[in-house]
Amino acid sequence: MKYITEFRDGQQARHIAANIAAEVRPGTAYNFMEFCGGHTHAISRYGIADMLPPNVRMIHGPGCPVCVLPIGRVDLAISLALDRGVILCTYGDTMRVPASDGLSLIKAKARGADIRMVYSASDALKLAEQHPEREVVFFAIGFETTTPPTALVLRDAKARGVANFSVLCCHVLTPAAITHILASAEARQIGSIPIDGFIGPAHVSIVIGSQPYVHFAQTYRKPVVITGFEPLDVMQGILMLVRQVNSGRAEVENEFSRVVTATGNQAAQKIMAEVFELRESFEWRGLGQVPTSALKIRPEFAAWDAERKFDLHYASVPDHKQCECGAILRGVKRPADCKLFGTVCTPESPMGSCMVSNEGACAAHYSYGRFRAVAESDSAQVATQKIAK
Amino acid sequence: MSSQKNYLRPIDFKHGHIDMTHGAGGRASAQLIDELFARTFDNDYLRQGHDSALLPFPSQGRLVMATDGHVISPLFFPGGDIGCLSVHGTVNDVAMSGAQPLYLAASFIIEEGFPLADLKRIVESMAAAAREAGVPIVTGDTKVVEKGKGDGVFISTTGVGVAPPGLCIDGRQAKAGDVILVSGTLGEHGVAVMSLRESLEFETAIASDTAALHTLVQAMLNALPDPHTLHVLRDPTRGGLATTLNEIARQSGVGMVIEEAAIPVLPQVEAACELLGLDPLYVANEGKLIALCAPEVADTLLAAMRAHPLGLGAQRIGTVIQDSHCFVQMATKFGGRRVVDWLSGEQLPRIC
Repeated sequence: MKYITEFRDGQQARHIAANIAAEVRPGTAYNFMEFCGGHTHAISRYGIADMLPPNVRMIHGPGCPVCVLPIGRVDLAISLALDRGVILCTYGDTMRVPASDGLSLIKAKARGADIRMVYSASDALKLAEQHPEREVVFFAIGFETTTPPTALVLRDAKARGVANFSVLCCHVLTPAAITHILASAEARQIGSIPIDGFIGPAHVSIVIGSQPYVHFAQTYRKPVVITGFEPLDVMQGILMLVRQVNSGRAEVENEFSRVVTATGNQAAQKIMAEVFELRESFEWRGLGQVPTSALKIRPEFAAWDAERKFDLHYASVPDHKQCECGAILRGVKRPADCKLFGTVCTPESPMGSCMVSNEGACAAHYSYGRFRAVAESDSAQVATQKIAK
Repeated sequence: MSSQKNYLRPIDFKHGHIDMTHGAGGRASAQLIDELFARTFDNDYLRQGHDSALLPFPSQGRLVMATDGHVISPLFFPGGDIGCLSVHGTVNDVAMSGAQPLYLAASFIIEEGFPLADLKRIVESMAAAAREAGVPIVTGDTKVVEKGKGDGVFISTTGVGVAPPGLCIDGRQAKAGDVILVSGTLGEHGVAVMSLRESLEFETAIASDTAALHTLVQAMLNALPDPHTLHVLRDPTRGGLATTLNEIARQSGVGMVIEEAAIPVLPQVEAACELLGLDPLYVANEGKLIALCAPEVADTLLAAMRAHPLGLGAQRIGTVIQDSHCFVQMATKFGGRRVVDWLSGEQLPRIC
C-alpha cells in the first residue's frame, strides 16, 4: 500500500515520540482535543496514547458523525422506513445508532423495514432509478466530508428528474461545533476550558480549507493543528501543538499540507452552496441546539427534500438520564467516568451514541483501550491491599 | 401401441429450474436424487439407498461430530462456491479436535425457480471437494421452499470423524506460556466474497482460501513427539482471527499478546480492507487454522506446518499470558499497544 504504509512507520513514530517527550515541560499539562472520530480511531487503533508522556492527554471530541446524530433524527428515518414504506439508504455505522423505543435502523430492518446499507450516496440514487415504483430516501449524515457527494446526487436527481428519490439531510458543520465547545456552559463555570489545543479535522479541512479555524484560534487563544488521519500525522500534529503551547502561540498550523490548502476545495464548496443553505439551529446529540451548525436543502430542490416531501417534523428526544455522552463529547468527562460504560452500555447494546461507532470515544476506549483502565484499577487495588496489610 | 417401460425424460440440467415437485417426495424428487445427487456423490454407502447410511464403527478412539449451515451470498465467488465451502467448513470443524474426518451428510434447502445448471455446478463442486478430502458424502436430504422463502440454496452439512484415544485438543486447554501460530495469510475469504457483493463494484484478484485442513492437522500431530503438547486448534472463520482468539481466551480463562508485525496479510487484502474500512483481523477465513502449543514444540510445529502445502505461510504471532480479564492485546507495528476485542455487530453479512 504505497503512500499509506509510509505514514504508519514504527521507527518514525518512535522518533517523533522521543521529540515529544523531550519537548514537553514537566509540570505543564497538555490537554489536546482531537475533534474528529478519524483521529480518535487512529489514536486507539495504533496505540498512540501509549507513546505519549503522561502529561499529554488526548480528549476525544464530537467529530464522529453518528455520535452527534440526535435520537429524534434517527426516529424520523425509522418512521419513513417502517410507516411510509420507503427504501431507506444509509451509511453502515448509522444502522446501529440507538433511537426511541429501543429501536435502531438495524432493529427496524428486522421488523420488516426496507433499509439498505450503501457505500456512496450515488448508490442510493442508482437504486431509485432501478426501482421507479418505490420511494427511495437517502439518510444523509456527516460533516463537510460527506456533504459534497450528497450535493452531487441532489443535483443529478434534479437534472435527471428522478422523482422517487429524496434526501433526509442531517449534514452538520465543524467550525460551529468547535466554537460551541469552547463557549460551553462548563467553560464559563470553570472559567477556563481544560483544552490547550486542537488536533484540527483532516478530511473536513480538505473541503473547507484551513481558513475557517483562524477566527476561533484567535478569539479563544487556542492553537489548532490541522492533522491527517494516519498515525504518524497524529504524532506530528501533537508535537506541533506541544511546540505552540511551549512558545505561547495560538495559531492555525497545517500538518496535513499534502492535501489541505488555505481555501479548500472550491468546486466542492460551490456545489454545496448551490444545493444547501444554513439551518438556523440544529440539535446535536450531546451538545444540544447549536446555532447555524447544520445544512438544509434549498427550496429549489424541495422536491428532493424528504423533510418537505413527507412533511416530517422533528421532535427532540432526551438521552438516557445517566448517559454521559454529552459531557464526554464536550471533553468534560472521560468514558470510564460514565456509570453506564462497560456495564449496560457496550458496543453490542449501546445506550449512548459514543458507544456506537468505533470512531466514538466510548467505543474506541472499550474496544481498544480499556485494558489500561483495568490494569490501573488492578494495581490501585493491589496497592490498597498492601496498605491495608 | 408400445411404450418403453419406466421411461423418464432426463432432467434438463441446461435450461431447467427447480420446482415444488422436486421436493415433494414423488417421482420428480427421486429422479433429481438419482440423476444428480446419487450419481455425483456416488459411493458404497450412498448406494445402499436407505434413508440413513450404515457405517463401520471405528475400532478405537472417540467419535467426533460437527454440523455447519451454509447460507453464503453470492453462491459463487472467486476461489470457490457454496458447494466446496460446505464440505470444507464441516471437515475443518471435525479436524479442529485433532480427529480424522470419516463421513459427511448433506442437506439441501433449495428455492423454487433455482436454475438446475447452478445446482449441478454446486453439487459437482461438493463432490470434487469431498473426493479430494477423502471424506464421502454418505447420506443426504433435499427440500424445496417456495420462491421468495429462501435465497437460492442453503446447504447444511454434518461430519463424523474419529479422534485418537487420549487426544485432548480443545478451546479450554490454552495455558500461560503457550505459543500462538497461524497457518497462513488472513482475510482472503471475506474479501473475495465482499468484492462480489452488488453494491461493491471493485475488481480484485483475491480468491477465497477455502480448503480442507485435516491433512495439515494430521501432519502437525505426526510431527509432535507428544500430541498433548498441542493444546488448541481452531479455524478462524466468521469474526476472523480476533474473534477466534477472544473465544479461546475466554474459554481457557487466559489473556494473549499478539504482534501485529508478525500477522501475515496479503498486501491486496490489506488494500481492500483499507478501502472498505475493515480490519483484516476480523475478516473470515475458510482455509486457515490457529494452533496454540507448548513453547518447547513451537518450532517443530511451525516447521511441520510450513512443510504442508496449506501451511506454507505459517507464522508465530504471539503468546498466551495470565490475565483474569481475558484480554487479547496487540503490540502494534506502530509501537503502541491495544486491545483486540470481539467483533461487534456484523462486519460482513452472510459470508459462509
